[in-house]
Amino acid sequence: MIAIIDYGINNLDSVENALDKLGAPSIVTNDATTIQSADVLILPGVGAACEGMKNLKKLNLDKVIISEVNKGKPILGICLGMQLLLSKSEEGDVDCLDLIKGSVNKFDSKNKIPQIGWNNVSFNDANRASNLKAGIPNNSYFYFVHSYYCIPTDANISLGITSYGLDYCSIFAKNNIVGVQFHPEKSGAVGFQLLKNVINYFN
Amino acid sequence: MLTKRIIPCLDMTEGKVVKGIQFVNFRDAGDPVELAKKYDDQGADELVFLDITATVDNRNILLDVVKRTAKEVTIPFTVGGGIRTKKDMQLVLRAGADKVGVNTGAFKRPSLISECAQSFGTQCVVLSLDAKRIGNQWNVIINGGQTDTGMPAIEWAQRAVKLGAGEILLTSIDADGMRQGFDIALTKAVTKVVNVPIIASGGAGKLADFKDIFIEGKADAALAASLFHFGELTIKDVKKYLTDHNILVRS
Repeated sequence: MIAIIDYGINNLDSVENALDKLGAPSIVTNDATTIQSADVLILPGVGAACEGMKNLKKLNLDKVIISEVNKGKPILGICLGMQLLLSKSEEGDVDCLDLIKGSVNKFDSKNKIPQIGWNNVSFNDANRASNLKAGIPNNSYFYFVHSYYCIPTDANISLGITSYGLDYCSIFAKNNIVGVQFHPEKSGAVGFQLLKNVINYFN
Repeated sequence: MLTKRIIPCLDMTEGKVVKGIQFVNFRDAGDPVELAKKYDDQGADELVFLDITATVDNRNILLDVVKRTAKEVTIPFTVGGGIRTKKDMQLVLRAGADKVGVNTGAFKRPSLISECAQSFGTQCVVLSLDAKRIGNQWNVIINGGQTDTGMPAIEWAQRAVKLGAGEILLTSIDADGMRQGFDIALTKAVTKVVNVPIIASGGAGKLADFKDIFIEGKADAALAASLFHFGELTIKDVKKYLTDHNILVRS
């Protein structure tokens, strides 16, 4: 069972709909026991990092997530959910879950902010989580909506790189932790393939 | 690189897609969910649904369409029409929309934009701005094209972005349904003063119009309705043309 973590500010149904189509059983939940008994966690998210962390803390889910992931439970962070996996975010200057060392910075204002639309992801062949790329052509387009981007301290965990004024990490994978900056559940066929790959990778 | 987006727009009333000319003379264009699926298959980058009558009765029909669409399509979609409160926006987002368009409700009570941006993020809040040329400027028109507010479109665009609008859906009422091309001057004027993506809307009639609105109008996305609904052009035709003219699109 995949637990899609509901912390109040998300469009959760689209992730659930996508998993339904893939035939992967999932539940939208903010209940600690359900999260603890799930096989895989998905931390989705749109909105602001400070609001997101505030809501996770209010529900006491920050500690639950950290403890489960540290025990080895797989987690996929999507968009804001990816950013919250890092140590801290510039958005509201907030401490995040610190499951991946690194920070989250704002795009330079010489770009339009937010970045909204389809951008391509080029794969970093050095990353060993290569089964995440199965069936996805290099430089495929995914749907992005964000103003901030992740800078993992260990650049080797980057699996996908995207360019928007600068090159940044759009997919990272480190053992049981995967983060994607785009919305795979809104990225057509390649997005569904990626979700499928993540589920396979975690199994 | 970020691509330019092609967005079919589905104007709806009572659960049916309709299309008018300059916001009047509507004709039936079919079932919204079926059309949405078709456009997704054709390679549309996003979809926009506008509930053009937006009565209380229509609201539940709209939410039902949103729910069914969310189950069927694999690309993002925006829903607008009759959004007046944060609660309205929440219902539409909960039903599965990715972004919500605000228009008259936000003009009458601008704090709607900041409230929604704070709760759901600026990327969810699309300012839907209907503009009409009055003398030597463009004015904001509300109430579905009926009321000239007297406020310059440029001023409202800037203010709405400051309040937290993350994108602007800019419709030229003069160009709407006329198929004589997008309003390049209006689009250029707005893109110049704000730093959020602009979706240009109204007037698409032929392939070259899309190239012009991206190159001359500096739009980030182009929206069209009747052209696609009545099958004169497909999304694929437009994207092939743009690719042939060195404009980056998702193919």
